[in-house]
Amino acid sequence: MRHLLSAADLSREQAVHLLDVAEQMAATQQREIKKLPALRGRTVVNLFFEDSTRTRTSFEAAAKRLSADVITFSAKGSSVSKGESLKDTAMTLEAIGADAVVVRHSASGAPHRLATSGWIRAGVLNAGDGTHEHPTQALLDAFTLRRALRGGAGAGTGTDLAGARVVVVGDVLHSRVARSNVLLLHTLGARVTLVAPPTLLPVGVGAWPCEVATDLDAALAGSGGARPDAVMALRVQLERMDAAYFPSAREYSRRYGVDGRRLALLPDHAVLLHPGPMNRGLEISADAADGVRSRIVEQVANGVATRMAALYLMLAGEDAA
Amino acid sequence: MTAAPDAPPTATVLQGVRPLGADPVDLVLDGGVVTEVAAPGSAARDGARVVDGRGLVALPGLVDLHTHLREPGREDAETVETGSRAAALGGFTAVHAMANTAPVADTAGVVEQVWRLGRAAGWTDVRPVGAVTVGLDGERLAELGAMADSAAAVRVFSDDGRCVHDAVLMRRALEYVRAFDGVVAQHAQEPRLTEGAQMHEGEVSAVLGLRGWPAVAEEAVIARDMLLADHVGSRLHVCHLSTAGSVELVRWGKARGIAVTAEVTPHHLLLTDELVRGYDPVYKVNPPLRTAADVEALREGVADGTIDVVATDHAPHAVEDKDCEWAAAAMGMTGLETALSVVVAALVEPGHLDWAGVARVMSAAPATIGRVEHQGRPLAVGEPANVVLVDPGARRVVEVAAHASRGRNSPFAGLELPGRVVATVLGGHPVVLDGALASPRPDAGRHPGGW
Ligand SMILES: [Zn+2]
Repeated sequence: MRHLLSAADLSREQAVHLLDVAEQMAATQQREIKKLPALRGRTVVNLFFEDSTRTRTSFEAAAKRLSADVITFSAKGSSVSKGESLKDTAMTLEAIGADAVVVRHSASGAPHRLATSGWIRAGVLNAGDGTHEHPTQALLDAFTLRRALRGGAGAGTGTDLAGARVVVVGDVLHSRVARSNVLLLHTLGARVTLVAPPTLLPVGVGAWPCEVATDLDAALAGSGGARPDAVMALRVQLERMDAAYFPSAREYSRRYGVDGRRLALLPDHAVLLHPGPMNRGLEISADAADGVRSRIVEQVANGVATRMAALYLMLAGEDAA
Repeated sequence: MTAAPDAPPTATVLQGVRPLGADPVDLVLDGGVVTEVAAPGSAARDGARVVDGRGLVALPGLVDLHTHLREPGREDAETVETGSRAAALGGFTAVHAMANTAPVADTAGVVEQVWRLGRAAGWTDVRPVGAVTVGLDGERLAELGAMADSAAAVRVFSDDGRCVHDAVLMRRALEYVRAFDGVVAQHAQEPRLTEGAQMHEGEVSAVLGLRGWPAVAEEAVIARDMLLADHVGSRLHVCHLSTAGSVELVRWGKARGIAVTAEVTPHHLLLTDELVRGYDPVYKVNPPLRTAADVEALREGVADGTIDVVATDHAPHAVEDKDCEWAAAAMGMTGLETALSVVVAALVEPGHLDWAGVARVMSAAPATIGRVEHQGRPLAVGEPANVVLVDPGARRVVEVAAHASRGRNSPFAGLELPGRVVATVLGGHPVVLDGALASPRPDAGRHPGGW
């Protein structure tokens, strides 16, 4: 795996293997000494043009636990916020000798530019680009789902998500998490239904490998066949109201918010995911977020193991396995 | 009293050329006009420059209705001199220089400056376009009459780059320019529907997570403007049609008898939004690249005369304005040095146009719309000697490093394209010979009529 730019870069075999490696990584994280020597002497740069403490610390922890040298460039207070171009920053990283660049950027496609423009030789890992993709989020979601549906840590090793039904509800239009999840879950054999008000579905969504619906209750009740095994609520930004995507927070949460009543429509084994940070009371209610079906805290922990696996496969590859 | 012209220009004989692809003839050019059309090999002149044109197609010099020369203001991207050289190499004997410079070409002073720079360069006729509104701000009419009456004799007015979206202002502009036979060339883009738009809104934008530029934002403005032009009895020119729906609307307008003309760019005739998948900003342009179905409809629109003109929308940019992430990149593509080849690939080879058709859409029609009287004329005795010779059988790989334009942002770089401009003759003076720049036309070599 030279770069990880899109969830579509991964074949079923690669994705399952990455999840399996993540299980091994997670197992090491139960030990007293969490650090592995796998990436000793390698340099991982976290290049964050957009604020995201959660994702940045998750990648930092992942790289450090693999013994990589970690350098973090954050937009705030660094040259990148003073108008330095992506190209100049990339050339600095090249001079530093970065082996992998984890990039978060507000512009869709910025990681593609880094990977394909010839500015750097390092591998590029997309940590969220604009409204395009966030492949490691999809990987950690798939990891969390596989554990939930296959019976816990390690139990699902070697398996995909064939037959699983997942409802993803929220602001699909602006969501990089939704795009990566649709692609990866489809690759892994799951059936995805996207649910959103029509204003928050992109024109052209009909070509995606998933179902699309606008009625959340019907989707949860299994209108497309069986009831879902998992629901993923996407973050909705309140500013969207000002651009007339929906009339009010109250109407949004009434029609598309995930709450206890809606979760009760699901089969007993079904789980709830959210990529965070949550807007409690808007797309998710407090009782849902903190309830027994919620895997939201687990997602955060799984993020480190999954990112360790991604960095390991990018930098150490199979020869170091 | 009229001063006699200085030393008479040397006569030129274009031997064995095929006018509009017809049977070979010799064309004799003297004193800035065509003086003789003779059987091949029969025309000989003592002291005349002889160009071996056997196998070459002769067309009237091309006229670009839509060029961005960037001077004044962005001389790092292009100048009148470099853009004129690119025009000559592309076979253009006239280019309309768009008004979105800095300062904006919204006064007689600026359009005259550009016109003089073009005349001094001497590679092509530079016809300045005047802004419709002051500063392109869409609020007050610029002094359209002053620009029309200036030495630049402006006849085309456009806020290109921006849309004249205020319906009342557009109506007034359409009406006002009738006083001097002007035309408003509209960049049709509903601004609210395209805020922050990055590419065509459709299946590809959905996957790439780039803000969409919907077809309706172009089509709604075209429909409104045609109805306005009809209402006030003015002519309207629509810049760079990019959608199948726009073609359908213009077809409807023409059938209804509305005085509407339309243009399409070479890139919209050849490229689609699929190219955006790699996020390379060389494909970022406004209006955006559309779908294959749109490309097909645009080609058919040219073939059936719905679209009158192919115009380049040549938009050179400094390297750093394209060497960045997609959202930060400038919109636009160069086109002067590739336009004819793209037209051959997109329209001639598939059978949509013959060479007479190429002369119509790239020379006669744009000259008529822009009211450039000495351009776009037939290759006949007594007509102005603006000629381009094309090798129809040549194929070449587009090498941007070899372009005379300062812009390196050609979406055709690396493509093998048919057709090659071998010679360009401007007012009887060969500015391009053997596919390379020869010499600019000296001011002293002008026709007594001033052109
Ligand atoms: Zn335009």
